[in-house]
Amino acid sequence: MSGIPIPRLRLRGQKPAWLTPLSIAAAAITTLLLTAAPIRIAGANPSAAFSRYLIKPLTSANGIDELLLAATPLLFTGLAVALAFRCGYSNIGAEGQFLAGGIGATIPGLYLSDLPTVLALPLAIVGGAVAGAAWAVVPAWLRRKGGIDEVVTTLLLNPVALLLVQGLLNGPWRNSETGFPESDRLGDGYTIGPVTSGSRVHWGFVLALVLIAVAYVVFRHTALGVRMSAVGQAPKAARFSGIDADTIVWRAALVSGAIAGLGGCIQVLAVQHQLATGISNSYGYTGIVVATLGGLGAIGVGFVALLLADITVGAQSASRVLALPPQMGQIVSSVLLLTVVAALVLRKFKVVFTRNEVDS
Amino acid sequence: MTGSVPLIELRGITKAFGDLVANDAVDLRVDRGEVLALLGENGAGKSTLTRMIYGLSRPDSGVIKADGVAVSFSSPADAMAAGIGMVTQEFSLVGPMTVTENVMLSTCGLGPIDRAAASKKVAELASRLEMTIDPSAVVETLSVGEQQQVEILKALFNDCKLLILDEPTAVLVPQDVAGLFNTIRTLVTQGMGVIFISHKLHEVVEIADNVTVLRRGKTVATVPCEGLDPRQIAELMIGSPHAQEGQRQRDDNTNPGEPVLTMENLTVLGSGKPRLNGFTLTVYAGEIVGVAGVSGNGQTELVDVLSAARQPDTGSIVVGETDVTKLGVLARLDAGLGRLSEDRKSSIVPEMSVEMTLALEELDNYKHWGLLDKKAIRANANQMIQQFDIRARPTDAISALSGGNMQKVLLARSLQTKPTALVVAQPTRGLDVGACDYVYQQLEAVRDSDGGVLVVSEDLDELLQICDRIVVLLSGAIVGEVNAATTSPAELGLLMTGATGAALDQGSEVGV
Repeated sequence: MSGIPIPRLRLRGQKPAWLTPLSIAAAAITTLLLTAAPIRIAGANPSAAFSRYLIKPLTSANGIDELLLAATPLLFTGLAVALAFRCGYSNIGAEGQFLAGGIGATIPGLYLSDLPTVLALPLAIVGGAVAGAAWAVVPAWLRRKGGIDEVVTTLLLNPVALLLVQGLLNGPWRNSETGFPESDRLGDGYTIGPVTSGSRVHWGFVLALVLIAVAYVVFRHTALGVRMSAVGQAPKAARFSGIDADTIVWRAALVSGAIAGLGGCIQVLAVQHQLATGISNSYGYTGIVVATLGGLGAIGVGFVALLLADITVGAQSASRVLALPPQMGQIVSSVLLLTVVAALVLRKFKVVFTRNEVDS
Repeated sequence: MTGSVPLIELRGITKAFGDLVANDAVDLRVDRGEVLALLGENGAGKSTLTRMIYGLSRPDSGVIKADGVAVSFSSPADAMAAGIGMVTQEFSLVGPMTVTENVMLSTCGLGPIDRAAASKKVAELASRLEMTIDPSAVVETLSVGEQQQVEILKALFNDCKLLILDEPTAVLVPQDVAGLFNTIRTLVTQGMGVIFISHKLHEVVEIADNVTVLRRGKTVATVPCEGLDPRQIAELMIGSPHAQEGQRQRDDNTNPGEPVLTMENLTVLGSGKPRLNGFTLTVYAGEIVGVAGVSGNGQTELVDVLSAARQPDTGSIVVGETDVTKLGVLARLDAGLGRLSEDRKSSIVPEMSVEMTLALEELDNYKHWGLLDKKAIRANANQMIQQFDIRARPTDAISALSGGNMQKVLLARSLQTKPTALVVAQPTRGLDVGACDYVYQQLEAVRDSDGGVLVVSEDLDELLQICDRIVVLLSGAIVGEVNAATTSPAELGLLMTGATGAALDQGSEVGV
């Protein structure tokens, strides 16, 4: 008795080149299928909703404008996390570092508010980066000196940063006119302007693109990039080959904090023009998703940040026009994340059919 | 064959991993009272096969019959219930526990345990097997050979009928091998069956009744061992006549050159006794010096100290004329040191390409305007692939390579800087015969081009084959030095176990 053929998963020996795009496409189609039902239940036509989520923002200048604006903080936090993860340092603290960067920009903006732009912006930007790095110092130092797991320490410093921001805004930095827990507007010199007049896309986006480009070159085309990957994937082997793993991890942790801090600082200088508790909107946590889905690569981070921004902007318009709850956008992007991750794992396997010949 | 029902019978067992067919329609049988040797080069499919017999994986097709009944094991528990036990190369023992506790761990279920009864049963079993092991001894205080006995006891504790021993002699000194063979003989006279896996042909001829040879996943022959010449088995294994002589002929190269590697009074303190205790040795140009010893006597620390993985507490290391004691890895490489670590897997970055792995230690030489010159890296890789006969493309991930090819890549990386002093640890561990020969040729090439080689190895045959002289490491210090051309495994074995020169004549009285 030979049984019926049973499908089994087998590891692939070699991965063909068409496999990755096909996996992503399969993930996208699966997402559409899975989310069609909840969208239908919420009372909208699924295909109209998807076109709102993914296509609509790309069809108007205004939509693209909003998309790039929404992508900017994710580019910073995604890159920050990707850099740390590449070196094997699990920085879960981009959220706190982002907030610290906001504080770092606000200090000169409030206390040296009369500075002209040429002095004010460099000061605030450096202040934001340094503050972000400073927020990353303690976990990095504990890991280097005591081998203490940075996942816990960086994560726990996030609510501390938020409480610090809230404390400042309810205390010394409470708005002097409205009394709301948000700071006064920063001095006029502390404004990062739009790239073109009438646009909301600001020079901070350009700075993010420059950082992405620099990171791409460093990751892929320098000795440092090769050493970073070696440390991240196999620290023991890296040390064996004469790479100073401890120093690379230490610096990566601080630079990662600085990049996340820059994100927060740019959000204050270019978008909010004041410090408010809501400046982060979980950008630091979303940055982990961006980095992971982007394969910890600079270009991948760029694409994923733009994709998530696309869905975010689309969700706003979908909730306006189709009366869908705004959370539906989060459902779509969350399902997309899960299907993409699943597809990337499953592409390592192929399905074979075997007959089970063991009598039982 | 006899008409009786075999203990275990495999028919047409096939198992594939991805595109690799590890076992292709393999047949095998073991009868009561039989020692079957399973032989094959690395990658021939021995481990895959035994894992399926022991329930660690399932065959894609084919039949496994235990005592004439078709079985389908989904875990080792099923295999144990069917009377099959296995001792793997890596022991799974809890060091701080006693022998009895370790045996009970794998056999008792939930609920109350009766230590006294278990202890008595362990003692009975041990005496039945003529083992001299104390059931109340703490496992981590035992020698490797005794720990292996504990593993065997564990496997046999629940009415085992078939015992699988996966390269049991790889970790043993010659005296312990003799003890193991006695145990195996006792087992088979009591009607058990044993599957014995080994690379060492003379052992197979000595202990096994029949031998099944696997080559590239297929059964190529099952023949009785009696009267079999090791050379014939080697031919079956690798498919062509193969010259595996004992001690290789070498030139009368007895005039050593300049010192290339001088280790002076190296000490590494550990918790308790020093791990390395005043180690002093000089390697000269034009010689290969072996370091023999039972594992755990300071070999790892010696290699670590030489490769800058740790600092010695006292002593100095001089490469050529440069004192490298305080220098880092790259500075040591510049001074002319080359290294091959004992654990291949821990000296590679798994996802890194072959070309980048080759360039990793010299990245600064490939800088062009601050960026990596990838063309030069590719060119270097292509040259190394050709020169060292590496079967891989420059862009392949290093972890996708076979053990032999991986070792060739690492060897190429060490040798491309033309080291004057080469330190290699367990250079052929897990490699097949062909790859071993290749590694030996490369080490000899270094010697012949006036370099000095230090080989740290647990494989005595290997040391005897390639070294000019061999020092023996015991408790972190050198206890003897022999000429490789005139010594014998027995002499080395005695030195390794701590017998002094005086005790050599009497032979016995071996302690660790």
